[in-house]
Amino acid sequence: MIEVSGFVALYVFMLAAVAGYEVITRVPVILHTPLMSGSNFIHGIVVVGAMVSLGVAETPLEQLIGFVAVLLGAANAVGGYVVTERMLEMFKRSKKEDG
Amino acid sequence: MGLLVQLSYFLAAVLFILGLKAMSSPVTARKGVMWAGVGMVLAVVATLFHPYIEGVTNLVLIAVAIAIGGAFAWYTAKRVQMTEMPQMVAVYNGLGGGAAAGIAAVSLLKGTHGEDGTSVAAALGGDVATLALLGGVIGSVAFSGSMVAWAKLDERLKRSTLVENHQYWNIGLAALTALLAIWAFNTGFGLPILLFFAAALALGVFITVPIGGADMPVVISLFNALTGLAVGFKGYVLGNLALVIAGTVVGASGMLLTFLMAKAMNRSLANILFSGFGAAPAAGESEAEGEMKEVGPEDAAYMMGYADRVIVVPGYGLAVAQAQHKLWEMIELLQRLDVDVKFAIHPVAGRMPGHMNVLLAEAGVPYDLIYDMEEINEEFEGTDVVLIIGANDVVNPAAREDEGSPIYGMPILNVDYAENVLVVKRGRGAGFSGVENKLFFRDNTRMVFGDAQKVVAEMVQTVKGI
Repeated sequence: MIEVSGFVALYVFMLAAVAGYEVITRVPVILHTPLMSGSNFIHGIVVVGAMVSLGVAETPLEQLIGFVAVLLGAANAVGGYVVTERMLEMFKRSKKEDG
Repeated sequence: MGLLVQLSYFLAAVLFILGLKAMSSPVTARKGVMWAGVGMVLAVVATLFHPYIEGVTNLVLIAVAIAIGGAFAWYTAKRVQMTEMPQMVAVYNGLGGGAAAGIAAVSLLKGTHGEDGTSVAAALGGDVATLALLGGVIGSVAFSGSMVAWAKLDERLKRSTLVENHQYWNIGLAALTALLAIWAFNTGFGLPILLFFAAALALGVFITVPIGGADMPVVISLFNALTGLAVGFKGYVLGNLALVIAGTVVGASGMLLTFLMAKAMNRSLANILFSGFGAAPAAGESEAEGEMKEVGPEDAAYMMGYADRVIVVPGYGLAVAQAQHKLWEMIELLQRLDVDVKFAIHPVAGRMPGHMNVLLAEAGVPYDLIYDMEEINEEFEGTDVVLIIGANDVVNPAAREDEGSPIYGMPILNVDYAENVLVVKRGRGAGFSGVENKLFFRDNTRMVFGDAQKVVAEMVQTVKGI
């Protein structure tokens, strides 16, 4: 595994924050709701962390909390994806400009 | 195997950033969410082969949890109405926050396995323990707060006071959470950790209950950003860069989005979080003058049919009445009569920024007919007819003129500069925020009272006959 510690993590954190900020500055208002939903989907990656947590759980209490965490994380990811997809598939241009 | 797992995480992180980037344009947005989806599947599948995961029992538990959580979310997400989208986003976001809090709890509890007398901080390392606690409190607040936000937007929870002087309760609970965190940090027991999470969950409820429904989208967006941040911290705790990057990107973009929304509503974030909107009526609000002038749907339809330029201002009320399909039918008929029709959307129309665009897109309205406030505000002067359906506060000239009004200073659509204003409205009452609208009493305003769907249906019949 890669060692993520101290200043390396701080640099990664800083660069990711800049990337997040830059990516969104040019977003038109019409996409704000799908975008919020889309970024909501992306933090569904938490399910991966929850899987690792449950994977290393030892006591029954840890297993229970880990189980709930995976369940919630999976719901976050799947629900976030489906609603974002449903919203975005509706956006269309005028027919006359297509043809 | 470890190398393949890491490679998958790296690809996932790249796909997330590219996906978010693609989501910033309506042309590429669908591709964007699909890329992010591929990244997610890649990361989840790779994690099944993560070298840290031991034991068949835990692997089975993981599979079962994913199946249950995924199936529940799939089912609800497919069924939810577009009008209910904001509260659904709140729910999924809250679940993510809960997951982040759960990871924190497991990490911290593992820190109590050391020999007697070893503190959690010593067992995990001070940096890991600190970020686990920080991520724990943020995730818990996002979880319970998002659930309250959902209940309020879904109108299951109507009350906005839990206790007297909720500000002091909030401060007290925050202090209690901090003290429990310090206790948990310095001892090796499980009890303070569990108490800490209980306090953090209560804090989320107490913070969110007093916030008014109109401000809720900003709060949901804030919780979304906070969940991202919590996920980023968990990434550090677990030594997982994919979580660090994805979480932080969402945290930063979510914060910016939150500020953009608050700005569109002319409210500062502090103002939203620490005061109840509409709780105290504004002192100097002046009375509306004149009286409302009513007109029937047929006459209103004739006005539009013989106009050159019409601008439609839709609001949430349109979607509640499920009238957007009928409306688009009428617009298409008007276009055949060579009427130039545009849609003007206020940044906070609907229940959150961009929500109205989604609702119109659902009805089949092409997005190039839809204009933002800045793009169209100059055009109201010289427009023959403005049709307002289900919108209220966002067209209230008091925001421009009346310093005593609670919405004073909020940017609005300058519909009152048009020749004629038609307002379709269910009844005579005030809007979502409870503020009286002076537009309705102006000389160039005509009110069309009735259910939006019925009114528009009658308009369609009339326009067909022109």
